[in-house]
Amino acid sequence: MRATSDEVLIGRIAQGDRLAMQVLFARHHLRVYRFVLRMVRNEATAEDLISEVFLDVWRQADKFEGRAAVSTWLLSIARFKALSALRRRGEEALDDEKAAAIEDHADDPEVTLAKKDKGAVLRQCLTRLSAEHREIIDLVYYHEKSVEEVAGIVGIPEATVKTRMFYARKKLSELLKEQGIDRGWP
Amino acid sequence: MNTTNENERSELESLLPWHAAGTLSAREAQSVETALARDPELKRRYELVRGELAQTIHLNETLGAPSARVMTELFAKIDAEPKRHAAPSLNIGVRIAEFFGALSPRTLAWSAGAAALAIVLQAAVIGGIALKEQSAGYQTASVAGAASGDGSYALVRFRPQATAADITRFLETNKLSVAGGPAAGGLYRVRIAETKLPKAERDQRIQSLQSDDIIGFIAPTE
Repeated sequence: MRATSDEVLIGRIAQGDRLAMQVLFARHHLRVYRFVLRMVRNEATAEDLISEVFLDVWRQADKFEGRAAVSTWLLSIARFKALSALRRRGEEALDDEKAAAIEDHADDPEVTLAKKDKGAVLRQCLTRLSAEHREIIDLVYYHEKSVEEVAGIVGIPEATVKTRMFYARKKLSELLKEQGIDRGWP
Repeated sequence: MNTTNENERSELESLLPWHAAGTLSAREAQSVETALARDPELKRRYELVRGELAQTIHLNETLGAPSARVMTELFAKIDAEPKRHAAPSLNIGVRIAEFFGALSPRTLAWSAGAAALAIVLQAAVIGGIALKEQSAGYQTASVAGAASGDGSYALVRFRPQATAADITRFLETNKLSVAGGPAAGGLYRVRIAETKLPKAERDQRIQSLQSDDIIGFIAPTE
């Protein structure tokens, strides 16, 4: 049981409580880092970005209205920062095909080994999804965000969240099929 | 299957990822459960979703962690920020939370006691199950298996809808014992075999356990 809720910590941070900031950072930085890393695919950039995210939290804590969970707010800020960084790097033009080509380690011994393990093949295919599809899969499965929360973070209608998730999973099935695994869906 | 049923199935199918992650409302979760019970194809597709969930968690958990420089640099920047004057928060949610936080221990004792009792009861149920599975004597959950290095283990998260009776049934049916937890994210360390199984056999065992409805997440662990 947590002694202090995230909302209370944000209230204290708004009043300049450095310790509250340390607690909030300790509680959330790992997930925020992983979320950002999956978007920017560069550890040093991801580290810089989470520092920026939490600095924003320090500066804007008094503007937090509590309409969403603090973790959802953090991911929203992180997403904005990551997209800005990607634009600066000029990677927004990457389409699925190019991204897949970059991630395609067809001759990698790990892949050869992975083919013997369905779970490993699935993970490999997850890394080959487009940024948009990776994002929604991660938010739903790893960050445990509801339809409403994903809609808030990504800035799309709830119906689009479900549609995007469907297409992300469909693409995953296609990638698996390329690797010789037919899931019989969709 | 007529159009109405197709539409209904399609809508329910779109909810499967959130059902697997345990983030649906109780009403939606019940609708999905009912549909899964009567629709074998939907159930098959749900297993695909659960596989995706497990591997997404696995993938993210292997991403590592940021270096210590992040925290050092962040707080150096924070320390360089202009000092702000403490002002009462205007946010009603925070004020309510702060209000409860400020109550005396005695005042809080009754409500906290009730909440603690619920947690203790839940822990007792699972702890009781764990002890029941031990052959003889008493071992703490954290000691069991950890020191000996024997046995095969999995990290398990039960679905939020699972009752204590469901968990008991699952553990007894599959001859499992709880070795530790709950850790962050409601994960339990469960012993799935008395001996250290070969990888293939362990994976097969986990795959078999994964098919049970009460499992939200399961992955091998040491």
